Amino acid sequence: MTFVAKPKIHHPLLTVNELGLTRRDYEGSVSTLCAGCGHDSVSAAIVQACASLSLPPHKFAKVSGIGCSSKTPSYFLGNSHGFNAVHGRMPSVATGANLANRELYCVGVSGDGDSASIGIGQFAHIVRRRINMLYIVDNNGTYGLTKGQFSATNDLGSTSKKGVPNLYEPIDLVSMALQIGASFVARSFSGDKRQLVPLIQAALMHKGFAFIDVISPCVAFNNHNGSTKSYDYMRGYSGNLIDADFIAAGEEITADYEPGQLEDVAMPDGSTLRLRKLDEDYDPHDRVLALSHVQRAAENREVVTGLLYVDPDASDCHDILGTPPTPLNALDESVLCPGAAALERVNAALR
Amino acid sequence: MLREWPRARYLIRQAAMTATPHSLRSNSPGRSAPNRAGGSQVTYNDFVIRFANVNGSGSASANGMFAKALFRMGIPVATRNIFPSNIEGLPTWFEVRVSEHGYMGRREGVDIMVAMNAETFAEDIESIVPGGYLVYDNSKEMPRHLRRSDIHFVGIPISQLALPEFPNPKHRALFKNIIYLGAMSALISIDFDVITGMVSAQYKGKDDLIAPNIHALEIGRNYALNYVDCPLPIQVRYSDAVGERIMVDGNAAAALGAIYGGATVCAWYPITPSTSLAEAFEKYCNQLRVGASGERNFAIIQAEDELAAMGIVIGAGWNGARAFTATSGPGVSLMTEFLGLAYFAEIPAVLWDIQRAGPSTGMPTRTQQGDLLAAAYASHGDTRHPLLFPSTPKECFEFGADALDIADRLQTPLIVLSDLELGMNDNLSEPFAWDDDRRYDRGKVLDAEQLDDIETFGRYVDADGDGIGYRTLPGTHPEKGAFFTRGTSRDEYASYTEHPEAYTANMDRLLVKWETARSLMPKPDIHDRGRRAGILYYGTTALPIPEALDRLREDGVELDTLRIRAFPFADDVRAFIDRHDIVFLAEQNRDAQMKTLLVNDLGIHPAQIESVLYYGGFSISADTIHEQVLAYYEARKLPRLREVGS
Ligand SMILES: Cc1ncc(C[n+]2csc(CCOP(=O)(O)OP(=O)(O)O)c2C)c(N)n1
Ligand code: SF4
Ligand SMILES: [Mg+2]
Repeated sequence: MTFVAKPKIHHPLLTVNELGLTRRDYEGSVSTLCAGCGHDSVSAAIVQACASLSLPPHKFAKVSGIGCSSKTPSYFLGNSHGFNAVHGRMPSVATGANLANRELYCVGVSGDGDSASIGIGQFAHIVRRRINMLYIVDNNGTYGLTKGQFSATNDLGSTSKKGVPNLYEPIDLVSMALQIGASFVARSFSGDKRQLVPLIQAALMHKGFAFIDVISPCVAFNNHNGSTKSYDYMRGYSGNLIDADFIAAGEEITADYEPGQLEDVAMPDGSTLRLRKLDEDYDPHDRVLALSHVQRAAENREVVTGLLYVDPDASDCHDILGTPPTPLNALDESVLCPGAAALERVNAALR
Repeated sequence: MLREWPRARYLIRQAAMTATPHSLRSNSPGRSAPNRAGGSQVTYNDFVIRFANVNGSGSASANGMFAKALFRMGIPVATRNIFPSNIEGLPTWFEVRVSEHGYMGRREGVDIMVAMNAETFAEDIESIVPGGYLVYDNSKEMPRHLRRSDIHFVGIPISQLALPEFPNPKHRALFKNIIYLGAMSALISIDFDVITGMVSAQYKGKDDLIAPNIHALEIGRNYALNYVDCPLPIQVRYSDAVGERIMVDGNAAAALGAIYGGATVCAWYPITPSTSLAEAFEKYCNQLRVGASGERNFAIIQAEDELAAMGIVIGAGWNGARAFTATSGPGVSLMTEFLGLAYFAEIPAVLWDIQRAGPSTGMPTRTQQGDLLAAAYASHGDTRHPLLFPSTPKECFEFGADALDIADRLQTPLIVLSDLELGMNDNLSEPFAWDDDRRYDRGKVLDAEQLDDIETFGRYVDADGDGIGYRTLPGTHPEKGAFFTRGTSRDEYASYTEHPEAYTANMDRLLVKWETARSLMPKPDIHDRGRRAGILYYGTTALPIPEALDRLREDGVELDTLRIRAFPFADDVRAFIDRHDIVFLAEQNRDAQMKTLLVNDLGIHPAQIESVLYYGGFSISADTIHEQVLAYYEARKLPRLREVGS
């Protein structure tokens, strides 16, 4: 392990999971982000989600681009390998990593600059390719690491810290993901752990491409009055459309929910995703409806959050390619090399 | 087109002196077809034939059969497609060098021109050497001004012959090519059974196509036999000069090598002339890599661009799969940021750059060796990448596998510089060979047990003194060996740091690794018989070298040779350069890029190397090398062997 280790004092309240591990075992090195940065809450939510799912903390491949958000993979799951790649190109690195070893949980963290500007092409294409991974965008509407320029997700009319309004239309990655074929699409808010943690759990258990756009305020550059990505704005204007609760396989389903429209979705690993619709007309398995709902809300300057779309029977890129169950990186000469006799036949066909 | 033909300086001078009206006409005034006009001496298996076609007219198949027929008769052939960036309508040429002697490089001048493209007719006639032959469609009379008195005209009324037989105009256009092939069989004595056999094999299972094709062949053949003085004095005959060799393009060979070398991930973006490498990888994987239950032991992604292709390769390499991509110059430009990252992050990756001329489109469908500097130093910061230079399909196959071993061993991106000439043309090649006892060298990768045995794991600790650390793959061990991969800002234990000492130490270790690479890369191919001058070459510049050397020897110039196969350069390369009074370096670019690499990497004096350069878009010819070397001797009035009386 190469991170700066945190003192391992086991808090009596830290519960032990099925692997005998506590949440500390899922943490990474000490964050160097600004105090109060939304991104740290997202990392904490990932830690909590993985710990409560009792996933082996070394069985992850963490990938990111460049930005404050892209630094975060070193702040969670310190027992797993991480790769801080180049700006905007995390999706391709994630694709390669997932092709090489389908058994690892692939978690990509990116920023709105990383995914909606320089990397928008790669973002679109990894969605199409259905890479089996959790793709999180820490969306703060700004370029944190380069000190506060507007990003492409910044809303029209939202102002900079100095009061200058943004003049351009925003790109909504959730709409893009829905339109291009992501099989799990959610939006959340870094300040709403109760919503975010189960979403991450469900996304990790989902087979296929799972995308979560997390509004994650930048306290240094985009948390002022006039910003539509501030803590205050999110608390005032976001509406939860569908609550998701994640119930691990074998876990007892307790019924302490308020009345609402409940739907249990069976996940590939035997776990259950319990959806609670807060809007009766909403159907999270209808891609077109989801898209129009999100866009209508945006017109009303509302941010809808929750699990917006899920296809529990989705396929992934390995299904499309027909690769073997054994990870490609574990195949040896006996499988990979056709041998001298086959080569003689190749030679003969070329005469 | 012809006006762009390569011309060595002194040839132009000579042409100007003789003041021929066609001073830009024939490519090689000193050369004429083996049988001079009026002469009756027959030559066998030694000529250049060129087919002038319209792109998209279905000529490729007939042309391919022509070359294959000679190859099946045991005669060495080298084929060259000269094609535009176009799907239909623009001119294309298909050139076949036929050489009993085994000269596979380009030779200037055309002995037989099969002119099937009205648009280029005039230029095509001009490119024929004196005494050569024009085979053309004489359904209509040829304009008088195109006549040349120093060549032979062989008219086959192809349109008239095809019209009544093939009423459908689309079919007719296709069968015209076949009729020509039939005529050629009579004109130069190709064994007709070989051709009909190939037609039957090609359309196996589509029997209704066999009969009309053979009929078309017979129409052309019978016309030639009945109305032309057949065969011409330029002929072919059975030979055993081909031996065991196969006929294949370098891209297919490279793809096979990658399969044998254990590549499982291929990511690519279409670009001529590299596309056929990825396509061949897919084709051969489907034949050779599908398991008993139908599982496909490979993953091919046609990426959204070359940035993504390289990102996928690097992601896969980081996670322990053997991965490669293939592209050409523009793709290399896009990949440079990632290449630099992989250099610093020390991730194995293999990139095949099938080089082509210049930026944009048009000339880029012509060959060149123009990407050496872009590849060697691709990216920002202090980066350098090992390079391989294959010369033959066999070597493409070998490097296809070796590159994966070397990249794993060195934990770095490795770039193989092929080119359009090698990648896309069918070349004669020694058959591919594989040793079933060979095991992949996966380099320094620690597994869980090995991690248990060591106290502290440090990803970038140079434990062996060769500049190469030990790496671990994601998911290997529950507690040990995980590290965070990033560009530079790290210490030996992969912890984040921006300390100057740590940065400098890391950069210096990478230099140690560079020296390890020097000793690990394939050695040069040296023929040193103690002469005073030598010639260096690499990649496809090797093709015309045997012929150029023979011609130079006739002129009293004998050269030792060294074929460069890799960068960084082995110590032998420096020794060879130092030992000779002068070494020539033949390459196919304007800026003498290999010379720059040699000067940079070995610190030799630039004056030790005399460049022989060609960058017109065709493959460098024996004529060019011969002329430029000779010009050097003439300019300095250097003694020749004959003059010093040896
Ligand atoms: C090719 C390239 N261009 C520009 C940069 C500079 N750069 C670093 S981070 C960044 C923006 C990051 O914004 P975002 O992805 O939203 O992350 P945040 O810091 O807001 O979390 C930029 C432009 C870079 N690293 N690489
Ligand atoms: S600059 Fe903004 S995004 Fe970056 S760490 Fe600080 S608060 Fe977070
Ligand atoms: Mg941002």
